Amino acid sequence: MSVLDSKVPEGPIKDKWTTYKDKINLVNPANKRHIDIIVVGTGLAGGSAAATLAELGYNVKAFAYQDSPRRAHSIAAQGGINAAKNYMGDGDSTYRLFYDTVKGGDYRSREANVHRLAEVSGNIIDQCVAQGVPFARDYGGLLDNRSFGGVLVSRTFYAKGQTGQQLLLGCYSAMNRQIARGKIDMYNRHEMLDVVKVDGKARGIIARDLITGEIERHSAHAVVIATGGYGNVYFLSTNAMGSNATAAWKIHKKGAFFANPCFTQIHPTCIPRSGDYQSKLTLMSESLRNDGRIWVPAKLEDAKAIQEGRLKPTELAEEDRDYYLERRYPAFGNLVPRDVASRAAKERCDAGYGVNATGEAVYLDFAAAFVRYGSEQAKIKGLKNASKEEIIKLGQEIIEQKYGNLFQMYEKIIAENPYETPMMIYPATHYTMGGVWVDYNLMTTVDGLYCIGEANFSDHGANRLGASALMQGLADGYFVLPYTIGDYLADDIRTGPISTETKEFDEVEKEVKDKIDFFINNNGTKSVDHFHKRLGKVMWDKVGMSRNEKDLKEAMVEIKAIREEFWKEVKVPGDANEMNPELEKAGRVADFLELGELFAKDALIRNESCGGHFREESVELDGEQKGEAKRNDKDFAFVSAWEYKGEPADAVLHKEELEFKDIELKQRSYK
Amino acid sequence: MNLTLKIWRQKGPQDKGKMVDYKVSDISEHMSFLEMMDVLNEQLVNSGEEPVAFDHDCREGICGMCSLHINGEAHGPDRGITTCQLHMRMFKDGDTITIEPWRAKAFPVIKDLIVDRMAFERIQQAGGYISVNTSGNTQDANALPISKHNADEAMDAAACIGCGACVASCKNSSAMLFVGAKVSQFALLPQGQVEAADRVKNMVAQMDLEGFGNCTNTGACEVECPKGISLENIARMNRELVKASLIKF
Repeated sequence: MSVLDSKVPEGPIKDKWTTYKDKINLVNPANKRHIDIIVVGTGLAGGSAAATLAELGYNVKAFAYQDSPRRAHSIAAQGGINAAKNYMGDGDSTYRLFYDTVKGGDYRSREANVHRLAEVSGNIIDQCVAQGVPFARDYGGLLDNRSFGGVLVSRTFYAKGQTGQQLLLGCYSAMNRQIARGKIDMYNRHEMLDVVKVDGKARGIIARDLITGEIERHSAHAVVIATGGYGNVYFLSTNAMGSNATAAWKIHKKGAFFANPCFTQIHPTCIPRSGDYQSKLTLMSESLRNDGRIWVPAKLEDAKAIQEGRLKPTELAEEDRDYYLERRYPAFGNLVPRDVASRAAKERCDAGYGVNATGEAVYLDFAAAFVRYGSEQAKIKGLKNASKEEIIKLGQEIIEQKYGNLFQMYEKIIAENPYETPMMIYPATHYTMGGVWVDYNLMTTVDGLYCIGEANFSDHGANRLGASALMQGLADGYFVLPYTIGDYLADDIRTGPISTETKEFDEVEKEVKDKIDFFINNNGTKSVDHFHKRLGKVMWDKVGMSRNEKDLKEAMVEIKAIREEFWKEVKVPGDANEMNPELEKAGRVADFLELGELFAKDALIRNESCGGHFREESVELDGEQKGEAKRNDKDFAFVSAWEYKGEPADAVLHKEELEFKDIELKQRSYK
Repeated sequence: MNLTLKIWRQKGPQDKGKMVDYKVSDISEHMSFLEMMDVLNEQLVNSGEEPVAFDHDCREGICGMCSLHINGEAHGPDRGITTCQLHMRMFKDGDTITIEPWRAKAFPVIKDLIVDRMAFERIQQAGGYISVNTSGNTQDANALPISKHNADEAMDAAACIGCGACVASCKNSSAMLFVGAKVSQFALLPQGQVEAADRVKNMVAQMDLEGFGNCTNTGACEVECPKGISLENIARMNRELVKASLIKF
């Protein structure tokens, strides 16, 4: 028997969560005052958890590396948040949301967790509205909805293009109320550098005050990690610059298994990289694909001319363009899911058809939409003899109403007017579906150590549908963890305060300090970013969207070599006892250099194409799906959970077999 | 392009700061301003010097972390953007660019270009919330209809990212645009009305306590605000404050 116990309750899926809640142990309100909980990370998951745990009466210590919880990267989510409210009367239900999420995740998520997510989704909206989140309303004053990729109902709630920001400000305000009451001690500009275990249980953390450099000990009865994803392992991603894997990686090294590290979402509509200095990729909303047509030149010589600036896209005749998504996937066309669109773009660019100087971009063209909308407007306005220019202008006005802010953002970054020339887009690393393994209680393989939000693995499978990340973060923080953690803490009501003056704290603090001293005193020759960029290049070239055995094996060797060189050659100027952003980066990159290798190792054993991950050895060989990604349920319907054993290459694999009792596993087809 | 940068360097809160000149070359016009700063820092690290500390994070114009007073303007030339969205094409080869931290008594310098914006946190903690229990027993979201007009206006006010450009641009270092935005968001919504009077009084009292100046209707804050938060919010806050002062408990 595997050491992994998912603790999924027995019984029919629709009753699991209710009966579970009815039966778990509770902590009496008077006893909650004697229990401390540490929450690391204060984005949607951590912020909502901290606020709710404090509301329930626990003493919460919350940690954020920024100056305020309001800056967590949850803030950058644009599109919206899903909830099965069926306000639109289009047949939405808990079951449909559950079904869409499991299918969208390519059948690699845990059924029971996803069903619970769907169950609490409606309550999230109620909660946020009560906090004053200004969701979009219709003219009758009721909440408005829109539709997102991969689903057939309208269940996405939104606040302009800033839904993530508004939801985060909602839970930030709930936190502020608890900070004012003294129920949350907020540690801004603090970074967790390790976890402390006492008698096998998580009992505290070692943190660094990023302003003074002081190393601090903090104890608690339980520790919650909510530090987001590890997409920055690619160096270039849509993640914030400071987003890092340190907390998740450090708990992995202390016994928490790391699940499905190779599951990463590559988002198809990002603004392409323009040069080697680039620090960051910017996401454009997926909604653009509703009206834009994606193409590259059909002939290599035209692509070359465009790359060299000798030819403009608008000069290329219709028959010389290759609308490759419409060609390959006539049924879904430009609206295929994110994984399919991303892979197809990379395939064309790798074949030499890319359209910018780096050869890593495809066109997203609105010219046809201008004409389509313009002709409609001309009819509505009764303009019978409108010229082509007039029609285009009318169409542009409609597109501006729909996507004006995105067009403006594009123009600011690229300095080209997307109304006059097609936009350029390219896939980029966006969201990580892998993460720390947790059971149904959201507890890791270490007692008393919890992991929520993007930092855990359970809900999104191999691919994430739009508008489901915000839902998971808030579900975990507001409605799931506050229940499940009580079941564990019920045993701690007589424990009393946990001392930080113990040998366990001494030891971990020493490890942390030694590492910092090493960085400050190492007389290397190369900057932290130098190594991070090299790691990112290996990850993108060999462990990116398209993978094969040979490349993955090479990647593991190369990453190890970069890591060894890093520990010899890294240079960190400045002092340990002061604010030192280079030192912060050094610790984070050191962790990415280990995580990257485990990532490649996980990709190597998963010899199937799944979600956004195209395994070149796993392709449909004939029939209608010829050439498309081939998932292998017989051999790979499991969660890979890695146990740390020193070097990432030595990690031991544990498998949690995934059971699909309520949903039939099917091939996804978009032809 | 080649540029001369005049940058405020200050080792710590207690140290005396000074302007230091740096040269950077081969700056592409496609770079963002912060990527240009990355180039400078890479150059400094390689020569064994301490890089310039500056706040930044999402680099998508939404987290509100980046600051920088560039040539005397919060977030630099160009309108409606944060520093991470400022591109080097706004500058010319050979330019000298002056880069300073936000300047306000309530925002003390931590290091180089990084200031402490905790005063904003304390104002939010003084009342920038609705006192609703977060444990999930809230009424159905559609039980309380809100007019589209009010919801949209509340959203416009809620768009504030808390970067502090308003304070840095104001000759009085006033935080009234920031506070006005939050007060307005809640004043426009039915939720949390029962505590509206306390909210505005407490938030304004905390704002004064933090050492921010008053508003004299110059409007620089609105001009420099990356999110276009309107001065109307200050007027609404003042109305709310007057209203609150007339309520006896």
